[in-house]
Amino acid sequence: MADAAAPPSEAFRLSMLIYDSRYRSMTIQIVVLILFLLGFFWLANNAVQNLAALGKPISFGFLGQTSGYDINQTLIEYDSTYTHGRATLVGLLNTLLVAFMGCLTATLIGLIGGVLRLSNNWLVSRIVILYVEIFRNVPVLLWIIVCMLSITSTLPGPRAFRGDDPEASMIFFGNVAATNRGIYVPRPFLENGLGSAGLNFLLLAAVIVAGIVFVRWNSRRAAQVQIATGERPNTLWMNLAAMIVPFVVLMFVMGLSFERPELRGFNFAGGMQIQAPLIGVWLGLSLYTGTYIVEIVRSGIMAVSKGQSEASAALGIRPGLTMSLVILPQALRVIIPQLISQYLNLTKNSSLGVAIGYADLVATLGTTTLNQSGREMETILLLMAIYLTISLTISGVMNWYNRSVQLVGR
Amino acid sequence: MSMSYVRTEMEEQMPAPASTVGVVGWARANLFSSIPNAILTVVALFLLWRLLSGIIPWVFLGVWDASSLAECRAIFAERYPDGQQYACWAVIADRWDQIIFGYYSADQYWRPILGVILIGISAVPILYPNTPRWLLYVTVATIFVYPFLIWGGTIWPYVMAAMGFVVGYVAYRVLAAVTAGNAFSTIIAVVGSVIAAVVWWIVLSGPIVGALNDAMPWGIEAFRSRDLAGFVLAITIGVVAIAASLPLAIALALGRQSDMMIVNKLSTGFIETIRGVPLITLIFVAVVLLQYFLPSGTDVDPILAIMILVTLFTAAYIAEVIRAGLSAVPKGQYEAADSLGLNYSMAQRLIILPQALKIAIPGIVSNFISVFKDTVLVSIVFPNDPLGIADTIRADSNWNGIVWELYGFIALVFFAFCFAMSRYSLSLEKRLQTGHR
Repeated sequence: MADAAAPPSEAFRLSMLIYDSRYRSMTIQIVVLILFLLGFFWLANNAVQNLAALGKPISFGFLGQTSGYDINQTLIEYDSTYTHGRATLVGLLNTLLVAFMGCLTATLIGLIGGVLRLSNNWLVSRIVILYVEIFRNVPVLLWIIVCMLSITSTLPGPRAFRGDDPEASMIFFGNVAATNRGIYVPRPFLENGLGSAGLNFLLLAAVIVAGIVFVRWNSRRAAQVQIATGERPNTLWMNLAAMIVPFVVLMFVMGLSFERPELRGFNFAGGMQIQAPLIGVWLGLSLYTGTYIVEIVRSGIMAVSKGQSEASAALGIRPGLTMSLVILPQALRVIIPQLISQYLNLTKNSSLGVAIGYADLVATLGTTTLNQSGREMETILLLMAIYLTISLTISGVMNWYNRSVQLVGR
Repeated sequence: MSMSYVRTEMEEQMPAPASTVGVVGWARANLFSSIPNAILTVVALFLLWRLLSGIIPWVFLGVWDASSLAECRAIFAERYPDGQQYACWAVIADRWDQIIFGYYSADQYWRPILGVILIGISAVPILYPNTPRWLLYVTVATIFVYPFLIWGGTIWPYVMAAMGFVVGYVAYRVLAAVTAGNAFSTIIAVVGSVIAAVVWWIVLSGPIVGALNDAMPWGIEAFRSRDLAGFVLAITIGVVAIAASLPLAIALALGRQSDMMIVNKLSTGFIETIRGVPLITLIFVAVVLLQYFLPSGTDVDPILAIMILVTLFTAAYIAEVIRAGLSAVPKGQYEAADSLGLNYSMAQRLIILPQALKIAIPGIVSNFISVFKDTVLVSIVFPNDPLGIADTIRADSNWNGIVWELYGFIALVFFAFCFAMSRYSLSLEKRLQTGHR
């Protein structure tokens, strides 16, 4: 007996590549791939030929050459004798600095604004709505420029601080000078540190980590006591002491002092200068991104169903604890994914600092290095690659964190 | 006998306590419900008063009629001997045309105005359902009429560009009829129509445009795109980017949803790369690198190049919005389409995409708002967009030193546009939500 289950064998025909669903997707993919590769090679070939005709074949050797330009704000040691690679690193650190500061402040603004927006005080919630609508409906570049201009055109110049009866005076008991070139604050330094900044930093980090470890151990111990006896010992003071006391002792031993900014000649010397462009970008980005975070926080809290707070009240949990134990953990699951994308936006928007002269990655690698070395192709591709890496890293880390707080589905 | 007392008439209802009704009651409930709340209210009122007492006189006591900042200051010195200075709105009165229309000459202002009105009309059938069908033809015509109004020149290049689509369609119909019955009929017709359109645009349209220009030079004054500036530039970039990116965005979204591995990976790679870099780097690519990627000798119009890169940028973002719309379409719809025996393109065209795009419209509108706001990034490379115009005005010796009036006005115009659009998007979202529940 013939095998009835065997499908009728059919000779392969060319038209089956299109009409037979077994082969069609393969055909489409191969055609797409060929078209993509053709387009890609056409563009790449043009680029190679055009660059070769100009006598500058693609090479990243310029990164090792002397840059020959100064950068007004550097986190690491740098002057014009360092290489373009070092200048790129300075720019990258400046980008990360302002992105980090911006994310912190924007989150703070967003949290406070989101809570005030939900408050039952009519006036305050209207003011927050007004702030959100005004700031998010105007380009962020305009806010950055306005923040910069409000420093440079309203604050007094260092010259105004001179003389016996100066027009301007230093604030915070003569410690901080707000000028149109930036804000001068006291610079912390260690009188008898360990010799190198890196070692001091490591020691500090070690003390803080030890404090955190102690706090976690202490909380776990308290939980065990609670399970065993039903009484939870008070851990607050012990935890606070573990975090603060070693830090204070370390600072005292190492001799923490502050160098105050002083007027010498026509400008301030000593202290630490927070340059006007940094403040402009930082404020502009924070105020703009803050509006989005206000709405995210609000929608996150609103997304927790009313039954949750009612159930919590029925269990006899006090309103403050309801917020921290019931509402916030659930709201965070809604808030965090949206927060991640706002952090990414803020980091990308920090590239607008170039418009007001902030020495970020776009200003160093994408503008000055590009002009000095004449290597448009390499610098811009490198610039894009670095931003892409930052974006993918932030979203990777944040998504990992997000997964750890998400509900685990059954 | 014990007496019992039963009330037979209801007591008159008492009025509510005076402290719970009217203005006082409202204020007690909404402003002073508790001590922290009262403190908050007082602090907010104080801050508001500080802010408004500074801003309101500055705005409303400003001068509208002067020819330079120095003249403004002189007027204030004369009016207010105590040295008070208020806004010098004269800069707006003087440079209004430049901020809005850029470098068009005054007799050409009707062109961008007509263009914006056309765009408004052509958006109607997309944003509102149940509009008459002929409005869709206005939308299609606007694709070719708007560039004609903005860039000008003779009418023929735009007509020939539109004709390319007609040629392609005719070629498709003819080829499909000729090869009917053949196993490769559809594929031959599609490839043939694409080839016919491309040949039309690249080979034939050039000489035909030249001949028609000589024979019938109908048209309006030509306008170089590097003179395109002000809010006209912002609107043009925004509209071009949204309109041109939609087809690409739909393709990318379908590609990312597709289970064909290569198509999926290519779409995902494109979307994530574009979304991972700041727009300013793409503008650098447009201005500096694009000429290297094209055959040597190609003359790239920088504003056009910026439009192309902004379009790619927008496409990546809108693709994600459409993808969200696609995954919001219930699975039953896909299965129903399959069970009706529809093939992939028919299922997408007739069942899935109409629903997905409807869900995606609010997201697309908010993307339009962000593209419109992002156009000010052009000022980093060319002083053409509204912020660049502001720089140009501030560099003028008459208005040197003016700051807040200029940026305040530009912010106000952006605010008016974006706020109106975001309100519209919000109402759209609400209307669509009720439709789905």
